[in-house]
Amino acid sequence: MDFKLSEEQQMLQDTAARQVRDAYPFEKREQYSKSELGFSQDFWNQLGELGLTAVPFSEELGGFGGGGVETMLIMTELGRGLTLEPYLQSVIHGGGLLAQLGSDAQKENVLAEVAAGSLQLAVALEEPTSLYNLADVSTTAKAANGGYLLNGRKAVVIGGHSAGKIIVSARTSGGQCDEAGISLFLVDPSAAGVKRRVFPTIDGRKACELLLDNVQVALDDLLGEEGEAFAALRYQQGRAIAAQAALAVGYMQELCNLTLDYLKTRKQFGVPIGKFQVLQHRMVDMQTELEQATSMAMLAACHADAEDNAERTRVLTAAKYIVTRGARFVAEQAIQLHGGIGMTWEYNGAHYAKALVMIGHEFGDEDTALKAYAKDLEVA
Amino acid sequence: MNVNYTAEELAFRDEVRAFLSAELPTDIAQKVKLGKHLSKEDHQRWQKILSKRGWYAPGWPVEFGGTTWGPVEKHIFDEECAAFGAPRSIPFGVNMVAPVIIKFGTEAQKAHYLPRILDGTDWWCQGYSEPGAGSDLASLKTRAVRDGDHYIVNGQKTWTTLGQHADWIFCLVRTDPEAQQQRGISFLLIDMKTPGITVRPIITLDGDHEVNEVFFQDVKVPVENLVGEENKGWTCAKYLLTHERTGLAGIGASKAALAGLKRAATRLQSGGKPLLDDPLLRLQIAEVEMQLMAIEMSTLRILAAAKEGGVPGAESSILKVKGTEIRQAITNLRRKIIGPYALPFLEEELELDYDGDKLHEDATPGVAPIYFNMRKLSIFGGSNEIQKNIVAKMILEL
Repeated sequence: MDFKLSEEQQMLQDTAARQVRDAYPFEKREQYSKSELGFSQDFWNQLGELGLTAVPFSEELGGFGGGGVETMLIMTELGRGLTLEPYLQSVIHGGGLLAQLGSDAQKENVLAEVAAGSLQLAVALEEPTSLYNLADVSTTAKAANGGYLLNGRKAVVIGGHSAGKIIVSARTSGGQCDEAGISLFLVDPSAAGVKRRVFPTIDGRKACELLLDNVQVALDDLLGEEGEAFAALRYQQGRAIAAQAALAVGYMQELCNLTLDYLKTRKQFGVPIGKFQVLQHRMVDMQTELEQATSMAMLAACHADAEDNAERTRVLTAAKYIVTRGARFVAEQAIQLHGGIGMTWEYNGAHYAKALVMIGHEFGDEDTALKAYAKDLEVA
Repeated sequence: MNVNYTAEELAFRDEVRAFLSAELPTDIAQKVKLGKHLSKEDHQRWQKILSKRGWYAPGWPVEFGGTTWGPVEKHIFDEECAAFGAPRSIPFGVNMVAPVIIKFGTEAQKAHYLPRILDGTDWWCQGYSEPGAGSDLASLKTRAVRDGDHYIVNGQKTWTTLGQHADWIFCLVRTDPEAQQQRGISFLLIDMKTPGITVRPIITLDGDHEVNEVFFQDVKVPVENLVGEENKGWTCAKYLLTHERTGLAGIGASKAALAGLKRAATRLQSGGKPLLDDPLLRLQIAEVEMQLMAIEMSTLRILAAAKEGGVPGAESSILKVKGTEIRQAITNLRRKIIGPYALPFLEEELELDYDGDKLHEDATPGVAPIYFNMRKLSIFGGSNEIQKNIVAKMILEL
């Protein structure tokens, strides 16, 4: 067991921290968020130029061969700046699916661009009724014209509005919730029959609803074997959950700091409100949740890229549960401890709080994690 | 960074496991697993086995008979001991007074006391709390007045755990009544056989005799039993409390208790099915198991961060609070799953030598008493509320 960062890891963390600090003062974030793109193209390009988008990919794919710990370091810094770019969706999740399932040609043509940051991916798995169940897929893919015809509706695709390619799950066989029969396709959003309804998210990002109406895709757009995508979906969701945990830790660090500052400066009854024991204990509880979340983010990082087995699943499920719960706790308490100001749009803490609660609306919530862990409970 | 065990750490774990399977007396392990009371002799027998192996005082410097283990090895050792049902070391000598003597004691004190702790000659207890000094420890009133080569001690200590077995007590006493609260306190080592000391049992709500009151009436204590400087005892007290808190998260014990809970929920049935098939119980167990996974990692992380600088500071308070909450949650579930059998209060079945008929074939009589006994966790070693005060002050600087 070794908790220390290597020299390279330390440098990576410093690089990410510096970039985020320079690019992301709160006023700038507001501008990025309200722009049509919904994030900063410049910052996205920087992530590519610095090689941060290439970190998790193996060297033969043009990457740096980074693992879960490297991803964790980047994600936490992205979280601290409350950044808006779809790094998690494009590089970790989408890139992970491509790296695991992609053909040589797909890796060469598509993944290389993702690693360079010149192509942004989105991943469209949710549907209006799937509620985090990866196997609940009603969107269909029927063999036609040497390829497939896609029909269906994919829900809340984060970063889907700006993605150059969208990875879509669709059913090639089986019933609505069967794990078998799910296939993944690389869809060009400008193809005929693709409609995107773009909307902002409550945490300041942009997403879209993806409507597929007889969309023709080629055989080359199929990712992996037909009907056998489920295991990869589960595995890559695990990696995404580990990355998301680190992201949440970054949010929590900053929001705890903001709240602590406020307790020391805001005066009522003639004293800083941090002198009141009831508020001190609340702040300690927030700090405790941050410690627990940090621990789970590390544990998750060290299992994210491991062999797919029960132990990995247990750790990642627990990370999702502990972090999501802690995130919500910190968000709610931070708003409460700030009083009225915590309720305002102009206060940056409120935006961290929103992002923290929304952790539980991507890749599952605390209840799905709790139920999954309970289902597979190990009895010695 | 890699939080998985290395090959060396796994080899060490195997070594600990091999030792425990070979050396831990089965009768003692059985008692621990069934929640039965342990005798002084049980504790001493196990201590001698550990001492012989050189593993009784892992936290001490090697020159005094300790080990070179880092936090990970210590954690592995504690966890395996708990899993095998080894008795928890009584901490007052080895983990409390010894670190203070090593840090603040004279050479003569080190040479005299440490070997006797190591070989089990002396059983120690702790004289901190008083009837009027609990969370507000510095308001203690037990007086020590210098009289030639002696201090004359008068006053009362309370909640003295296993004081009924003790040969020695380390005490915080007031040597300067004029000084402000935390000044004017001294750290004294007192032989329990000194005339003027009376030990009176306190029976706790679970019917157990674990804690005591200790009365001091004109007790003569040689001045060479003072540790550190006169009136500077608070420094020792604080040092000791940080050491104490680190172990209070009780990860190993919680893991063993959780494993016991799951085994019981598999054995016990309701409606012809194991209790563990109940979805609500599964969720509750899952919840606490995930919390435990997180606090285990937090403990290792905080101990590793402190490795360079020795004992962790106020961070250990966070571990104490969360760790004890988890342990209490486990005992709560353990109590609930035996249903109405939590009610029968069968003290005789908890006795060491009981071999009569059992009311229930599963070992239920200890469950509710343990649940009640474990309420102490969030009170002792500085109540959880005091721990939060410490974090607020020392870490958050509020």
